[in-house]
Amino acid sequence: MTTRVFSSGIRRREDPRLITGRASYTDDIKLPGMVYAAILRSMYAHANIRSIDTSAAAGQPGVIAVYTGADTEGALNGLPCAWLIPNSDLKTPAHPAIAKDRVRYVGDAVAVVVAETRYQAEDALEHIVVEYEPLDAVLNPKDAAQDGAPQLHDDAPNNVAFTWAVAGGDADAAFADADVTVSDVITLPRLIANPMEPRSAIAQWVGATGELTLWNTSQNPHIARFLTCVVTGVPEHKIRVIAPEVGGGFGSKIPYYPDEAITAFCSMRLGVPVKWTETRSENYLATTQGRDHIEEVEMAATSDGKITGLRTTVYAGLGAYLSTAAPGVPTILHGLMYSGAYDIPNISGTIYGVFNNGTPVDAYRGAGRPEATTLIERLVDVLAAELGMDPVEVRRKNLIPKFENGHDVVTGLTYDSGDYGATLDTVLDAAGYSALREEQEQARGEGRLMGVGVSTYVEICGLGPSQVAGAVGFQGGLWESAIVRFHPTGKVNVMVGSSPHGQGEETTFAQIVAEEVGVGVDDVEIIHGDTDLTPMGWGTYGSRTTAVSGAAVTLATRKIKDKSKALAAHLLEAATEDIEYEDGRFFVRGSPDQHKTIQDIALMANVAWDMPEGMEPGLEASAFYDPPNFTYPFGAHLAVVEVDPATGQIDLQRYIAVDDCGVQINPMIVEGQVHGGVAQGVGPVLWEGVVYDESGQPLTGTMLDYALPRADGLPDIEVQSNTTPSPHHPLGVKGVGEAGTIASTPTVYNAVMDALRPLGITRIDMPLTPEKVWRAMQDARNGG
Amino acid sequence: MYPANTTYHRAGSVAEAVQLLADNEGAKVLAGGHSLIPAMKLRLAAPQALVDIGHIAALRGISLEGGSLVIGALTNFATIASSELVQANAPVLAEATGVVGDPAVRNRGTIGGNVSHGDPASDPPTALTALGATYNVSGPGGERSIAASDFPTGLLENALQDNEILTGVSVPALAPGSGSAYVKFPHPASRYAVVGVAAIVASQGGSCSSASVVIGGVETTPTRASSVEAALVGSDLGNDALDAAAAAVAGDFTGDPMSDIFASDEYRRAMAAVYLRRALGIAASRAG
Ligand SMILES: Cc1cc2nc3c(=O)[nH]c(=O)nc-3n(C[C@H](O)[C@H](O)[C@H](O)COP(=O)(O)OP(=O)(O)OC[C@H]3O[C@@H](n4cnc5c(N)ncnc54)[C@H](O)[C@@H]3O)c2cc1C
Repeated sequence: MTTRVFSSGIRRREDPRLITGRASYTDDIKLPGMVYAAILRSMYAHANIRSIDTSAAAGQPGVIAVYTGADTEGALNGLPCAWLIPNSDLKTPAHPAIAKDRVRYVGDAVAVVVAETRYQAEDALEHIVVEYEPLDAVLNPKDAAQDGAPQLHDDAPNNVAFTWAVAGGDADAAFADADVTVSDVITLPRLIANPMEPRSAIAQWVGATGELTLWNTSQNPHIARFLTCVVTGVPEHKIRVIAPEVGGGFGSKIPYYPDEAITAFCSMRLGVPVKWTETRSENYLATTQGRDHIEEVEMAATSDGKITGLRTTVYAGLGAYLSTAAPGVPTILHGLMYSGAYDIPNISGTIYGVFNNGTPVDAYRGAGRPEATTLIERLVDVLAAELGMDPVEVRRKNLIPKFENGHDVVTGLTYDSGDYGATLDTVLDAAGYSALREEQEQARGEGRLMGVGVSTYVEICGLGPSQVAGAVGFQGGLWESAIVRFHPTGKVNVMVGSSPHGQGEETTFAQIVAEEVGVGVDDVEIIHGDTDLTPMGWGTYGSRTTAVSGAAVTLATRKIKDKSKALAAHLLEAATEDIEYEDGRFFVRGSPDQHKTIQDIALMANVAWDMPEGMEPGLEASAFYDPPNFTYPFGAHLAVVEVDPATGQIDLQRYIAVDDCGVQINPMIVEGQVHGGVAQGVGPVLWEGVVYDESGQPLTGTMLDYALPRADGLPDIEVQSNTTPSPHHPLGVKGVGEAGTIASTPTVYNAVMDALRPLGITRIDMPLTPEKVWRAMQDARNGG
Repeated sequence: MYPANTTYHRAGSVAEAVQLLADNEGAKVLAGGHSLIPAMKLRLAAPQALVDIGHIAALRGISLEGGSLVIGALTNFATIASSELVQANAPVLAEATGVVGDPAVRNRGTIGGNVSHGDPASDPPTALTALGATYNVSGPGGERSIAASDFPTGLLENALQDNEILTGVSVPALAPGSGSAYVKFPHPASRYAVVGVAAIVASQGGSCSSASVVIGGVETTPTRASSVEAALVGSDLGNDALDAAAAAVAGDFTGDPMSDIFASDEYRRAMAAVYLRRALGIAASRAG
């Protein structure tokens, strides 16, 4: 008899090795004969390269080779963009692994030194002499799209990489007919993903066999293999990509980077294994960043608060080159979500993807959806203020009513299931909303600036049906596969193509297998992250691993169960239809004492002494799962803040999250995901944001200046949940990796603006650092 | 994050450390390493040699000698903050060292290293200057002491001469009847002080008999708020008096202002007045 572990918060099996420092990351790997690469990066945001002299560097102690763009040109293909959104006039300028003639951001690779030790490689970098001709730089994505702005790429006039539109209903008519319209300009700062482990790559080229092995900090090793093939020309079946322990990614380890291509190039030239690991400072320059939106938005409504239209013009900064998935983030994952949790009949949005002289921008936890949710939820609050209504009332008035199997929104998506009103009720109850408003009234009377912020959200995750992926220009599929293999002793290996890196699926996938066929959860081992050991899969991002890869594990395990039934029937001399299953035991209906355990079956299938006619030996199954639709988790969050009227400092006092991510396999892991997600979503509201100077130099180059969310800046996050199963998912799960990040940005932003409302302040650019808030208060007090 | 080549020397005594500094061109003292090592990793500092004084036991410890606290240069912040001797005789220093960085920094960073490095956003120098501390120095020319207020000579510059080592700080015990406070506006990223204020007031018969107020973070070296002190002395330390005294601080900023992307000089000055008022309120409530 096994205990039911499905839906229980068992501890993460990953944690002992992670917490005690016994996990082995890419940089921990040392191969015989391995040498070390260090990359020289541009100090200019925009410059022509006049000349590069590597001769002095080549003569430094321990230096084996120095390569520049002249060496990699022709040997490495340009880095491809893998999300070519259609109908957007997308430009894909060349992205060489090493810049040869021109650098376009501080951090662009200019040369690589390979030496016997990492220290020697770093020392030699200082001896490379590069003569630059500096050019004007542009960072603000709206400015970059204007006539006369410095141009990054000849083939992208006005730096516009794409212009993408979303439309449903007739927004212009809605605005023309509206009782009331409100508008705002919202900026979402550029964010650094800050995984604990910086990126790293080890390339081992074996010329004799023509095989390339790449250890890489990747969220998606199968995509990395595919793109390594594209960039290096080594055929796909001769490439093995291994993502060992990966210490967080938050989206920044999805892209295929110049650095792994350069590392592979060095190994192929030199015939020895080469390791490259970025420093934290390098991570701040060369690892993709998130957000960087300027959103000009407006909402139309009736005088009693029914939303009739939404219009947006968005300038999305892309950085200097198109990163792997970049174009899909501010479009498909953003514009299609403009309806949020509401019934909005008329929507139109235009999104300009704009090159600027910054680090390339790509998916960062939430990817496109925090940017969408923030603009919707902010506008709802602005509308409520305009109408003199309680913001919660406006939300209630517009929420999509409960539905269990499909609801179409005008942007063209079909949400799977939702009960948005229920999560809103739950969060208001948990917070004691009306008491909070009374408390606020009193605080205001005392001159204190207390604010309450509420936000609902719907997110699109479980990416996604492959047919849709193709239709929206994603250059790959979005299905997942799994192999479930029972060994003679009844222990199980599960091989998955997805690549968890901190989310806990080694635990939750084992819970799935345990639930489906009744093996002990500790008898199941999940294997991932190695293209030679695991079946094809598209990786871990977009809150898709449990939803898609978990479904593949479920279906494969169900095949095991079907075969086990047939084998049990044979062994019990009964018909398969008469076999029942309960708790890991197969028995003839009515006589549970006479049974075969899953372990009995596994042993027999593996020794195959007594198999039914025509049945193959072994107990192993694989499944490929291509989801019929996305999943749409949702929720409602609430925050309470107090702003210090003398200093502008913001005290986040309470945070309550109510999420509905469908069926939960492990509620403790769900809660952990919400905690981390909330912290990362609060970051840009209160602390985080890359700052560049006029010339494009990043001024937030280290953690001394770039402020990450920390435990002491956050209250105890109160987490609750509801359960509305996904109708189309084999387990009813939806995904929760990004929920917290999506909801918390607008929730806390709304709370601060609510606190400042008595002063007449309606907007401040994020992050809301004390000086900005203080200045806004000074201006307001001075009648400005 | 890979420092340039350097040689490492471990000193067994102060005299040996002074000699090692003299013998090694371009050498730097290594104490807790919490300012020097990060600078080396960023290659902002590239000393040709390191003289590690971290193993000189004589430089560690806290004692009360003739009415003064004597704190060895190598004593870390956590030790100072939790020391009963310091809490009893110079509570403002216990407060200031207790809010340096985070626990890891407080367990490694040393008072001598902090003072010698002289980051304008440091906490301890503000408190030490307000306390009228002196710094004890040993070098090729023997031993001498330097008043805390004379020690910094500019941004990250100080009165130490070539091959001199700071061996400790001497802090006169606070007079009975004094109240003090250290309040800090920490930078959200670095945790250094955007503004840090140390205030000490003494009260006799309901009137302020002396005041010492120093502000860190606003200028390149700690700012003595003389106008504030003047306004306090003789006052009743009531709310109005403290308001008026705090408002006087504007005239005390005469040095080189600090400014960065997080806080402009104007904002720092404004916050100095706010934090100053808060520090005065706490200090006054503890006096008498
Ligand atoms: C994350 C972080 C947060 C921090 N936050 C704060 C904060 O909030 N407030 C704050 O005040 N500080 C803060 N610090 C700085 C910390 O206090 C340092 O420990 C201190 O500034 C330097 O002391 P150290 O012993 O580490 O000196 P080291 O780094 O070893 O040396 C610093 C400098 O002083 C010289 N030096 C050291 N000892 C002596 C000596 N006895 N005689 C002569 N020269 C000497 C060295 O040659 C070097 O130039 C922080 C540091 C870090 C890493």
